[in-house]
Amino acid sequence: MGKHKLESTLEKIKSTGKPLFIPYMMAGDGGIDQINERIHFLEESGASAIELGIPFSDPVADGPVIQDAGQRALANGTTLKIVLEEVRKQKDSRNIPIILMTYINPIWNYGYEQFAKDCDAAGVDGIIIPDIPMEEEVEIAAQLSASGIAFIRLAAMTSPDERLEKIAQTSEGFLYAVSVNGTTGERAQHEERTLSYLKKLTKQSKVPVLAGFGISNPEQAKSLAAYCDGVIVGSKIVDFFHQGNRGEIEKLIGDTIHS
Amino acid sequence: MQSYTFPDKLGKYGEFGGRYVPELLMPAVLELEEAYEAARKDPSFEAELNNYLTEYIGRTTPLYEAEQLSKHLGGPKIYLKREDLNHTGAHKINNTIGQALLTLRMGKKKVVAETGAGQHGVATATVCSLLGLECIVFMGEEDIRRQKLNVFRMELLGAKVVGVSQGSGTLKDAVNEALRYWVNHVDDTHYIIGSVVGPHPFPRIVRDFQSVIGSETRQQSLEKQGKLPDAIVACVGGGSNAMGMFYPFVEDTEVALYGVEAAGKGVDTNEHAATLTGGSPGMLHGTFTYLLQDEDGQIQEAASISAGLDYPGIGPEHSYLHDTGRVAYPSITDEEALEAFQLLAKLEGIIPALESAHAVAYACKLAKEMSPEQSLVICLSGRGDKDVEQVKAKLEEDSNGKA
Ligand SMILES: Cc1ncc(COP(=O)(O)O)c(C=O)c1O
Repeated sequence: MGKHKLESTLEKIKSTGKPLFIPYMMAGDGGIDQINERIHFLEESGASAIELGIPFSDPVADGPVIQDAGQRALANGTTLKIVLEEVRKQKDSRNIPIILMTYINPIWNYGYEQFAKDCDAAGVDGIIIPDIPMEEEVEIAAQLSASGIAFIRLAAMTSPDERLEKIAQTSEGFLYAVSVNGTTGERAQHEERTLSYLKKLTKQSKVPVLAGFGISNPEQAKSLAAYCDGVIVGSKIVDFFHQGNRGEIEKLIGDTIHS
Repeated sequence: MQSYTFPDKLGKYGEFGGRYVPELLMPAVLELEEAYEAARKDPSFEAELNNYLTEYIGRTTPLYEAEQLSKHLGGPKIYLKREDLNHTGAHKINNTIGQALLTLRMGKKKVVAETGAGQHGVATATVCSLLGLECIVFMGEEDIRRQKLNVFRMELLGAKVVGVSQGSGTLKDAVNEALRYWVNHVDDTHYIIGSVVGPHPFPRIVRDFQSVIGSETRQQSLEKQGKLPDAIVACVGGGSNAMGMFYPFVEDTEVALYGVEAAGKGVDTNEHAATLTGGSPGMLHGTFTYLLQDEDGQIQEAASISAGLDYPGIGPEHSYLHDTGRVAYPSITDEEALEAFQLLAKLEGIIPALESAHAVAYACKLAKEMSPEQSLVICLSGRGDKDVEQVKAKLEEDSNGKA
């Protein structure tokens, strides 16, 4: 379980030559009973792993689609504790790795050590924290490591080379390469420099490199995946779930991984 | 007392502070720190800043002896540090001029800011107009309603004002949007944050630029009465006027310091903004500090009659000074602030900002425990012109309610 499961699952898919596809879903959007149901659906649709967002009142790295989904999830009574309990219930009936994406404040209030232990017990394999740069990571990293949970680092195009190298070398599970200079949400296209940035990271990283932010269709996904190991799609998946348009999710994942 | 050297290299004040921001912003935050260090060592920066402070902003501001108020309260000699007399009517411009000069030094041409009462937005729009910077200001819809005239002022000054409807539509939400805008435009834009909040080095930079308030007060008190004041009172939203006032006195332990938070409808209700009384530590807007939050770490909405104090966090240095006991943080309700607002107008011919009225109200309480040989300084952080319409409506509503 944990880091080991995430890394071996991703490596196995990578060795088939297919791009990795990690969809993001907001936990509790559509109701708390939808958490496991949607995880199951995404697993069946061909996802490589699932990024499960924990709603936060003040998500500064997120654009409007994920902000709104977070507000709906909070209105449904979603908390970090409830999400961990839900995920734990279905622990043995899924194979797909689960990654939590949460801002630091809910974890701080939960308690770092308890959080890491409860993640392990719930079968959570990796954690992404968008507001923890390397300068602030020591305490939470130590707890995650003690419980064997992968601590997935984020790289940004604004990061100078020394920082990128350090981020690429410390990341566990995979490396999250933020592929726009901005918040989450659809973008018409990615810049030239995104491609060279992805190439550079792929060279430096020991773990798979996935591009995320701003990806909304299979063409974009494939063009970025050509320069790294795969993609993360957030706002678009959240949007399709909200509209009840599951067919489009299957198609987006399918068209990206079967090329 | 050991000499006070906070923040440390990581931007911490004890356990508080730090840089809890996305990696995407880290390079900008580090660049700002470097630019600021270089500017501090450059005598031409200080000369330029001082020139604007005197010639454009109108400093030094008076330390005015409020004889009528002193007589009325019958306690200590009360002085008002007249930050309301600065150009644009509040202390906010002490910070915005400094940061705008830093923006130019970093070769950036665009500025984003948040605003609550509109004072920081006006102060930012003003210096941007002066120095030829493009300016965009995020302001909560609720605050736009409360402070219509300041919106028009910002627009007159050439700024673009963008309403924020997320959350409670107040200062917290405006900071979120300003941060998101910065995330999306970090290449060419500097974020002029309006208080001693946000990721390091902002709390330090804003404190340092605002410290002109305390440094002048210290010197003026020595000149006028040959000694330091016995007590100093300042209101605390994010805490910039208070931090600027307190910082030069932190090591003078004989000077009692009071940061006054907004108690709104009362700290035992859930409509207040008294972060240090009713909050707990956590991470918001890039810093570790006391916050109004629930047990799951969701930030709660603050409430105060005064838009500038309506913030569920507080500068990390205040959290440190609170926990060490160096500064006391009492709170004042909407009602008490409204009374003080009118009292100062009647006794001294000075209409204070509703924010500053919180400091005046607490000073009135404190004065009762002090003696005539003692002195008390109130940081009058801003003038109340922006608030008269809101206060008029509120007083009419109250008297109709009673009739
Ligand atoms: C006049 C005045 N005083 C005080 C404040 C509160 O800010 P701070 O606590 O940063 O001084 C404001 C904020 O808008 C203000 O306009």
